[in-house]
Parts: sequence; structure tokens; C-alpha cells
Amino acid sequence: MTIKELDAIRAAKKDLIAVRRLVKEEGEKLAQKTGYRKQVLVCGGTGCTSSHSMKVIERLESVLAELGLDDVLVVKTGCFGLCSLGPIMIVYPEGAFYAQMTPDHAETVVRKHLVKGGEIVKELLYSGTVTDSGDIIPFAETPFYKKQMRIALRNCGVIAPEDIEEAIAAGDYAALEKVLTQMTPDDVISEMLASGLRGRGGAGLPTGRKWSFAKASKGDVKYVCCNADEGDPGAFMDRSVLEGDPHCVLEAMAIAGYAIGSNYGYIYVRAEYPVAVKRLEIAISQAREYGLLGKDILGTGFDFDIEIRLGAGAFVCGEETALMTSIEGHRGEPRPRPPFPAVKGLFGKPTILNNVETWANVNPIILNGAAWFSSIGTESSSGTKVFALGGKITNVGLVEVPMGTTLREIVEEIGGGIPGGKKFKAAQTGGPSGGCIPASCIDTPIDYYSLIAIGSMMGSGGMIILDEDSCMVDIAKFYLEFTADESCGKCTPCRIGTKRLLQLLTKITDGKGEPEDLDKIEELANHMKQSSLCALGQSAPNPVLSTMRYFRDEYEAHIVRKECEAKVCKALLSYYIDPDKCRGCTLCARNCPVKAISGSVKQPHVIDRTKCVKCGLCESNCKFGAIERR
Amino acid sequence: MDMLNYKQAASRGNYRVKIMTEKKSCFHGTAAQEAELSAVIEESKHIPGCLVHVLQRAQAIYGYLPIEVQTLIAEGLGVSLSEVYGVATFYSQFSLTPKGKHRISVCLGTACYVKGSDKILDAVEKELGIKCGECTEDGMFSIDSCRCVGACGLAPVMMIDDEVYGKLRPEKVKAIIDQYREAKDDDQRA
Amino acid sequence: MQQQQKMVNLKINGISVTVPEGTTILQAARKAHIEIPTLCFLKDVSCVGSCRMCVVEATGARGLVAACVYPVAEGMEVRTNTDKCRRSRKLTLELILSKHKKKCLSCERNHNCELQKLSLGYSVDEDRFKGEDFVLPIDNSTPYVVRDNDKCINCMRCVAACNKQSVNAIGSIGRGFHVHIGSAFDRPLSESPCVGCGQCIVACPVGALSERSTVDEVWEALSDPTKMVVFFTAPSIRATLGEAFDMPVGTNVEGKMVSAIRRLGSDAVFNMDVTADLTIMEEASELINRIKTGKPLPMFTSCCPGWVKFVEQTYPEMIPHLSTCKSPQQMFGALLKSYWCEKNGIDPANLYVVSIIPCTAKKYECKREEMKGDVDAALTTRELARMIKTAGIKFTELPDEEFDNPFAVATGGGAIFGATGGVMEAALRAAAHMLDGSFDVLDFFSARGTNPLKEASYLVAGHAIKVAVASGLANARKIVEQVKSGEKQYDFIEIMACPGGCVNGGGQPTLSDSVRNSTELKEARAKALYTADATNTLRRSSDSPVMGVIYDDYFGFPNSSKAHKLLHTAYKADKKI
Repeated sequence: MTIKELDAIRAAKKDLIAVRRLVKEEGEKLAQKTGYRKQVLVCGGTGCTSSHSMKVIERLESVLAELGLDDVLVVKTGCFGLCSLGPIMIVYPEGAFYAQMTPDHAETVVRKHLVKGGEIVKELLYSGTVTDSGDIIPFAETPFYKKQMRIALRNCGVIAPEDIEEAIAAGDYAALEKVLTQMTPDDVISEMLASGLRGRGGAGLPTGRKWSFAKASKGDVKYVCCNADEGDPGAFMDRSVLEGDPHCVLEAMAIAGYAIGSNYGYIYVRAEYPVAVKRLEIAISQAREYGLLGKDILGTGFDFDIEIRLGAGAFVCGEETALMTSIEGHRGEPRPRPPFPAVKGLFGKPTILNNVETWANVNPIILNGAAWFSSIGTESSSGTKVFALGGKITNVGLVEVPMGTTLREIVEEIGGGIPGGKKFKAAQTGGPSGGCIPASCIDTPIDYYSLIAIGSMMGSGGMIILDEDSCMVDIAKFYLEFTADESCGKCTPCRIGTKRLLQLLTKITDGKGEPEDLDKIEELANHMKQSSLCALGQSAPNPVLSTMRYFRDEYEAHIVRKECEAKVCKALLSYYIDPDKCRGCTLCARNCPVKAISGSVKQPHVIDRTKCVKCGLCESNCKFGAIERR
Repeated sequence: MDMLNYKQAASRGNYRVKIMTEKKSCFHGTAAQEAELSAVIEESKHIPGCLVHVLQRAQAIYGYLPIEVQTLIAEGLGVSLSEVYGVATFYSQFSLTPKGKHRISVCLGTACYVKGSDKILDAVEKELGIKCGECTEDGMFSIDSCRCVGACGLAPVMMIDDEVYGKLRPEKVKAIIDQYREAKDDDQRA
Repeated sequence: MQQQQKMVNLKINGISVTVPEGTTILQAARKAHIEIPTLCFLKDVSCVGSCRMCVVEATGARGLVAACVYPVAEGMEVRTNTDKCRRSRKLTLELILSKHKKKCLSCERNHNCELQKLSLGYSVDEDRFKGEDFVLPIDNSTPYVVRDNDKCINCMRCVAACNKQSVNAIGSIGRGFHVHIGSAFDRPLSESPCVGCGQCIVACPVGALSERSTVDEVWEALSDPTKMVVFFTAPSIRATLGEAFDMPVGTNVEGKMVSAIRRLGSDAVFNMDVTADLTIMEEASELINRIKTGKPLPMFTSCCPGWVKFVEQTYPEMIPHLSTCKSPQQMFGALLKSYWCEKNGIDPANLYVVSIIPCTAKKYECKREEMKGDVDAALTTRELARMIKTAGIKFTELPDEEFDNPFAVATGGGAIFGATGGVMEAALRAAAHMLDGSFDVLDFFSARGTNPLKEASYLVAGHAIKVAVASGLANARKIVEQVKSGEKQYDFIEIMACPGGCVNGGGQPTLSDSVRNSTELKEARAKALYTADATNTLRRSSDSPVMGVIYDDYFGFPNSSKAHKLLHTAYKADKKI
């Protein structure tokens, strides 16, 4: 493909995409130019697919066909972010945001809204876009979207990820074109350095520095790698980018290849992300077909191609050296550094590795300039960060905010607060490598340094909100279980340390803790931090250390008073039936696996605590809320 | 049994116990499967670092990776069996034992865990009468735990085969599993 | 043009050192006469930085770094003995001990255990992190090695040694806390491609790997009045046995060795160099025969049972290329139980033959079906040392004594069997002389040295004989592949399974890491053998008077049918993966 052809594609579909970024009048005018009166965007991300958005699309298409509405375009996009309300469907040019769609709802929307002269079906809209007085507000004005700034996610939920022409029209490959035609490799690296972009995968190293090291390394063969092995349980930023805009990653890798002198890239992606893998495969083959990957890209003489490698389920493979060992086909055990990958990486060759979100920032930096990018965020941490907001929060989903946004803004405004009137207790960031931010630090601006200062870390962007029902010792134990399970077993501190640390925590949650255990935990945790071989072992104790820092009283309550305030640790609680609330329906007694509940019909029941195994089935079965944990 | 114990059972350590108790091989590979695997090996052989990829394809063909399959791979790729086995036991995706016709996978990722996915796992185990990592005697169901399928918005979730079930509660589990049981009964009637 | 190596200046514990760029902190520290404790590191074998014992503080690094893998940098300041380092090492040890079977009193490595040594030094509390453990069965499925995984500390040195041999019988299994070392599918070692070279045993810093000891059976035979017990010692034992008694590496203790064995109660002590000479007579004749008759060439030596097993398991198609000669051990057993018994009117059933060998594979060899019973027990150098210690014999104070006749006198060609290239050199001495009586070159220098792959070509009696020598099975594999592909053509190839040959065998004394990591073991031990060769008045096997007697008395001539019956053998394919 020539540059001219690329420009032609961009021009042809530019308006189509633009409609989805505008609203109301302007959009309507533009929509008429495109030939499509309406565009219906349905989320095809994993979250919405899991809640059956494909069936919504099927019904949409069949009803549209039935009514002969060929001026309505249905687009399957990537994630819109608000996963808890899926399946989500947005109709342009109005920007009507329909949530929790079913095929029947979809049919209603077609018949009432998409037909000529139709009107928005208010009762199917996301409630946040309808005011109390019944007015419709643009979804971009809702609290969830208002404070967000979408750079990495700029095209997610906007384009059809399986259509390269939409990607091109939305701006993908424009940066590659600029780089190949107007910039030298050194220009690219200085732009990256100046932008202040830091790795979004965990360690937060300046991206430009990695590139310049790799460029300086001598070698006939160099590699560019993309880390899409998003292992933090409860994080799905990278998945969403790959599902929503795979081309932006391919483009960025090619740009890096040009900058460091590499012609080959690998994308290491979790096998647990089938949708992302499929879209990547489609994107790569389309890019090759359009001459945007392969030999002589855009007629500039630059060659670059990309291969996908599937991870096979090992958290440690998110660590850069382990990822490379895994691509090499071995057990994904990390290697000591130095030598650093930029000098001796994949197959012993100079290699750069960035994660998906980092790659997603490259195109806007090249197109808009480093100055623009570094003006966003804080002085030390430029740009935005995507977070996967989950746990005890109303708006579960994906959010992208400028660095420096406070935790309070994310939880209370974007996240819509804690459901059920519960109290915010802590936010866990950085997953198994990170820590907990307590309520007292809720006004901390989120950037690399502030998070480390309060004992957590940016990590890759998982953010789990915990409320008063969460036991912090149990949370620490949960993460340790994870890292103990995922430790590769190579170095001693991590292999045995995670296990012993977990055992100490279990001893505490089992009510057998002794005061000196806390000192032992701290000693062991600090040892692992200092002496483990790789980042997994070095950061595995973080969840324990940070919860001990802010919630030491909870640990002490478990040890001294044998109490779990949150009523989570089974060994420290008992189930009771409140005789005032119990109606004697017998449901609990019938479902009790150990026959520990007795009582006559319509009489309050009683639990025999000597028999009770605390499985909690009675509690989940009781329709009257009569079962209490004490 | 408390949470810790069966999660440990699900962890990578326990496969060993299984091997020790299942000395006799019950491998029933077909010639067609072997031909398919040979083709995979042949086309992958020249790719550097292809072992993980070949194991993934082999598991897709056979459903699991018994010694017979790993031996074919070792011979085909010219690597030692101990290396193949070392890789197969390192990654949690690989299974050395057959899985059920329907594979149930309960997410124990953070988002699901804080919303009580351990209780979902409990309920599934209770309903099927087997533990995580095991397969029912009739070969219909096997249970595994996993770390995040990326459907955190629907937490807690479980997957049966490729289908995701979200916003679960323990008492919903039976009805979901029953759908698969009924499908089996229908199959038999038909 | 030789490249100038860049030098780096740094300070270790305040002491300035200058070392070439790329040197690790561990190596640099040695220059400053500072030893940093290690467990997973083993010179020439393993360097992965995983045990974290060698952690030190270094400027410019976050946290503590592993000295064994961390390269030095200009101006770096390293501290190896700070509180922080010591505390970390102590905790690492306590963690290791929390899942280590601490049956130290009965452990074969008691007092010779790296973990024990370090634990003492760092005054650890071995029970502080006591907790869940998993128990694995002891693997004694082979006649040569016992694997007790519960003593394993996952240093991976055995795996590195096995990989270095390209045998890959064992590897890491599983993940995390449950990682353990084993063969594929946790099957017994006997079902794996293990060849019994025992390199894993000498690599093991603790008692997780040891030879399958037959010391008790030998004691029993010695105390049985109806049994006549004779010992013979392999060429390399004289060069290594002293190490077990704290004598300097490379000390030739032949005289003390003989007198110690005699004091154990043996009825005779023979010199296995004699059958090394005999092997040469047979093998050289076989080679000449092959050259003359066009039988499969190249011919590979067959005196190393690890190598033979490797061929049977990995390259069965190469079996016709293996010399049919038995190894010196098996020739000796056959000779004793036939010729010697006949000559002295001894009932072979009452004769108990013990070989002292540097090798664990020889334990397997003497149990091979086709040769069973010729040698009753094969003891490693380590086992012999243990017997000497148990018997209360003060080894270093012993007088020097001589081997018993008629198997006392041997040539230098027999002695150098114990080092890589030795068999080749001895065979060349003999074969060249057989082909051309006037050929009297005795020193074939190109066969010497611990270089693992050597080749040379000699013009003898109009034949250009191309030879190669390989030690270490990875190099053997390389040569076999080259021969198979036709890339290289040779007439005669010597292979020793162990790197450096028998002096570095799997049955040799286990020296402490601090010695092993700072000594060129193979070279020092081999030197003792080459010195013995150089000072021997008899250099060529065919010049040995004992050979004359044996052939005149019994076999007639090399490769005679009687010789074939007793001194040659056959092999069978046994493909393993």
C-alpha cells in the first residue's frame, strides 16, 4: 500500500467515525453525509459478550432486515467501559446509551427508535443518562464518563476492531506514516523520552529510556515484544485495548521497531483471552494484507512483522525475563538481571518489552507531540492511566483518568460509590504486587510516586474497592495464596517464603495466631522483598505489608481477641438465627448439608454450633435475613 | 474442608498424587488424533521455542496431555521427555488427566473473590460431589478454578465450557448445572 | 588480532580489586581473598542465581544482589558481610531447612554437607519456619544412585549437570513450593534415559543424591570365612582417594591405597591397570582388524559403561561401531573367575571380587545380565574411603605397599586410562606398534589435556589413522551426530561419559564447594596419572610382562576365540527418551 492509498481509506471513512465522536446536531448533519442515518454500536468485549451481546446483535440485524432499514449501520465494537451494565448499545448520532440489553429490548429499540422518525426509548436507557425530571443527558456528561480522559482507550467502543479501515479512519497507522516519512529513529526516541511516558505494566520505567538502550545495543537481530499477559486477577485494561483497538498495538510496535532497528515483534497474550486473540489475529492478517506489516511498509523500505504467542497460564510470565523464557518455549522462569533485555533479551538478542496500554499511548504521542502528552497528568507522571475498577463499587468497569486524579474522585464520582450503603474501607491497587490504600489516604493523587509513598503501587491498573465486609487479613491471605500458587519456584525466598508467609496468615485467620507471628511475618516479608530473584517474589509481600501498615489493629484483633470484625474468617465466627426474624420456613434446615439446623414449621429455628461447618448455605438461602454471622 | 485446603488441592502440587494413583494408562488416542498432532509438530518444528505452542495444540486435540502424547511431542521435536514434562507441569493451562465433557471453571480472581466466588465453588463442589481439580465418575463434569476470565463486571462468574455465567449466587448453581444434565438425558433419549 | 580486555576497578569490603569486564562479584571477591557463601553455584556446571545465599550489597543495585551472577562495574562498592547480608542468608537457610529432611546423623553427607556447613556458620534456628511439607518417595530403582528428594534443596545443580551431559534424564517438575526434581512423569530413574554417570551426585551439595552403596555387602563378604575376597582398583583411584583424607588434590596415593585395602581384610589387592593394558591389546587388535577388513568404522571405545548405555538408549543404530571389548573392570572379573581361579584351584563360587571404581555406572555394568557375577561388588572411591574410615585405618599414616602378583605390574598406558584421551593414547601406542614394529612414538600429546573435544591424524604403516577424543556426553553426542551426518570421518574415537574422564567420575570424592569452585579439579587429578605414566619404565601395553604371561598362558593371542568368549561382549538397543 502507498501512503496515498492509506490517506484515501482514511478520508473515505473519516465522517463515519466522526459521527461517533460528536453528538446531536453536528452529528446529525455529518450522519447524512455518510449515508447512514443511524449507527448502532454494540459492545463486543468479553464482559458484554458474556452477558450475550451477540444475541442482541443478531436480533438487531434480523429486525432491521425485516423492516428494510438499510440506512442503519450496526457495528460490533470493543469495550465501552461500563461492564456491569452490559450488554451496552449506543445509538448515534443521538448518543443514546442503552444498557443491560436483551434481544427483546433490541427489537423494541429498532421498532421505536431506529425506524424513520423514531424516538429514543427512554426506559431502556442507562438510568444515569436520564435525569430525575426525565431529561436525557449525553452519556459523556454522566459522572462515570465526565472525569475520564480517553487516550489509550480512544478508539475502544468507537470503532469496529475487526475492520482495519475503521481503525485507519480513526487515526491508527497515521503515526507510523509520520514516523516512516518524517522522522529519524533518533527523533522517535527523543519524542518518547520527552513525553515522559512510563511503562503502564507495573514497574513504571520510562519507555523512551528502554527504547534508547535497545537502540544503542549492537545486534543484527533485535526484537520488539508486547506484554499482553495481563495476569493480575481482576484487571482487564489490556484485554479491552486488544479487543477494542488491536491495530494501535501493531502500529506502535512497528514504530518501536523502526526506532530501535528491529524487524520482528512478538505479542505474548493470555490464552484466557480468546476474543482478544482472535481480534489480534484478524488485525495482523489485515495489516499484512494492507501492507502495513511485512516487507517494505508504505513503500519506505522498512520491514516489520509480528507473531502471536499464547501464554499458558503462569502469572510470573508477566515478568519480562520470564515472558521471554516462555516465548523461547521453556518453563517461564525469570532470569537474573543484568544483563537487561535491552542488551540481551529474547533468544539472547536486544529486546524491548512494553505492555499493551503503554503501546496504546504511542500513536497519540507521535501525532500530538511530547509536549501535549506531558501536559496531561502530573509533573512526574504524565498522561493518563486506565484502571479496571472492580469489587464493592457501583460502576464496575474500565476507566481512564489523567494521572493525579484522586482515589476519591474515582471511587465516589466515577465509580458511583459503594453499593448497599456500605462504607469504603480500602482500595487495592497493583494486584498481587500492590497494596491497599486505606480510607485515610483517599485523597491521594494517583501517580507513580504517591502510590509507592503510601505503600502501594500503580501496578498494571487493577483497582479493587473493598468495603466494611472485607477482612483485610483475609485479603492479604487471598493475594498470598495467589502468589504462592504462581511462584515459579526458582529462588528460595519466593518458593518457600510465600508458602511460609501464607501459613502464618492462615494461622491467624484460623484463630491460632500468636503475637510474635506479626514480627515473623514482617521479617519474612522484608526478606522476600530484598532477596528474591524477580519482581514477583520481591513484590509478593506487598499486600501483607501494606495491610499490616494500615490495618494492624485488625491483625491484632484476630490474634488477641480472636475476632474478625468483617465476619469473614470462618474459624472466628458462628452462625446464629435471629428468632425475631425467622419465620420457620424450614428452607435453611432442609438445605443444611450437616443437619445442624432444627426447628418446627413456623417456629424459629436453631443452629447447633457443634455440628455447624459454617458453609453459609443457610445464610444465602434465607429469604428473611434471619441468619447472622457473629 | 476449609477454603485453603481445596485451593491447595487445585494448585499445581496435587497432580502428582493423581499420577501415583493412576498408574495404569487409560489412554485411548486415535490414529486420526495422532496424524493431526504429527502435522502440528511438522509445521511447528522450525519455529524457535515452539514447545509451549505444540503442547497447547496437543491439548486441544486430545483434551489432556498423557505420557503417550508427550512422548510423541518429545520425539517429534527432538527434545527430552523430562523437558516436555517440566513445561507441561509449569503452566496451569496444561492438564495431565482427562477433563469432563463439560468443564466448569469457577473464577477466583480478586473481583470475583471479594464478591464471594469461594462460596460458588463450594456450591459447585457440593452439587457434583467432587472437589476442584477432579472429574465426575461419569466423565460429565470436571471442576477447576481459574484466575480471572476478564468478566469482572459480572462478578462472581463461572464458565462452563465456553459459556460465562455471571452475577452468580450459590443457590443458582444447581439450576445451571441441571441444564447440562438434562441435555445429557435428552442425548440419551435421542 | 587479540582484543584488549577492558578492566574494571571496584572495591570489595574496602579492598580494591581490578578485574576484567564481565567478571561476577563472586569471582572478583575471590581475587580479594573473600569467599562468599554459595549453594546453587558450581563452577563449570551451574550459575543461575536462584538460591540467594550469595547475596551482597552493591552500589547501584536495588536490594541485595546475587554475587554469582551480578557483573562488576567500574567504581562499584561491594559489601559481602554486612548485617543485612548475614540476616538475609540466615533467613534463606531457615527457609530451606523448613522443608528439608533433617536426618543429618545418618546422612551420607554428614560433615561433608554444604547446607550443614552454612547452617552452623549462620547459627540458624532450623525449626523457626516449620510448616507444611510434602513427602516424596525415595528412588532407588537403579543399582547406582539413590535419590532422596526430601533432602533436595532445589539448587538445580544436578539438573544442570545432567543437561550438561545432554542426557536430560531429570528436570524441574511443577511450580512454586511444589517444584521438585525428577524424571518425566515422576517415573523411577530406571525408566528414564539416565546413563548412571553420577555427575548429578558429585554436583549435589547435600545428601539428596548418593550412590547406591554396597559397602555392607562387602563387609559381609570380608567377614565370611568361606569367601576369598579380592579387590582391584581402577587407574584413577590412586589420584583421588587422598582427597577423602584431606590430602591435596592430585596426590598419588597408590601405595597407601593398597595397604589400606589390605588392612580391610582383603585376600589380594590387584591393579586394574593390568586389564586396562589387556583392553588395549584387545581393542587395538580389533581396530586393526576393522581397518583391514573394512568392518564398521569409526570404532568407538567401550570401556565407559555410561557411554555404552548412552549409545544403547540414544543411538542404538551406532551399536555396530562400539568396540566389542569389555571394560577393564569386566575383563578383570572374567579373568579372575576363570584364568586365576583355574590356575590357583579356587572355586569361583567362593571368590568375591570387589572393584574400586571412580564411577557409578560401573555399579550398573557389573549387574548387566550378560556379565553378571564376574564382579560381585563395585565400590566408588567414596565408598572405599568410608570403609577405610570405619575400619579406623589412619590412611595418611600408612606405609606404601605394592599390588599383589600376578596382577601388579602394568604400563603407563594402563594408568592414563583414568583421564580423557588416555585410552586413545594407550591404544595408539599399541596399535601403531602392532602395525609397524619400528613405530616407537610414545607420547601422543594431541590426545592429552582436558579439552573436551580433540582430534588428530597419524600416519602409521601407510595408514592415515584419524582419531577423535571426546569427554562429556554432550560432546559425545556432537561427535556421533557429525559422524552420522558424514560431516566428519574418523577411524577411532574415544569417549568418556564424564567431562575430563574417570578422574572426574561420578564416584569420586565430593569436595567442598570452596575447593571445587577455586580448583581446576580435572587437570590436577589427571596430572597425577600422567606423571605416573611418564615415570613408568613400561609405557606401551604390549610391553607389559603380565600381558605376555596372560596371552602365553591362556588366551593365545589378542582377539582369539577364547579372548572373544571372555573379554568381549555384545550390546542391545534399548531406546529411551
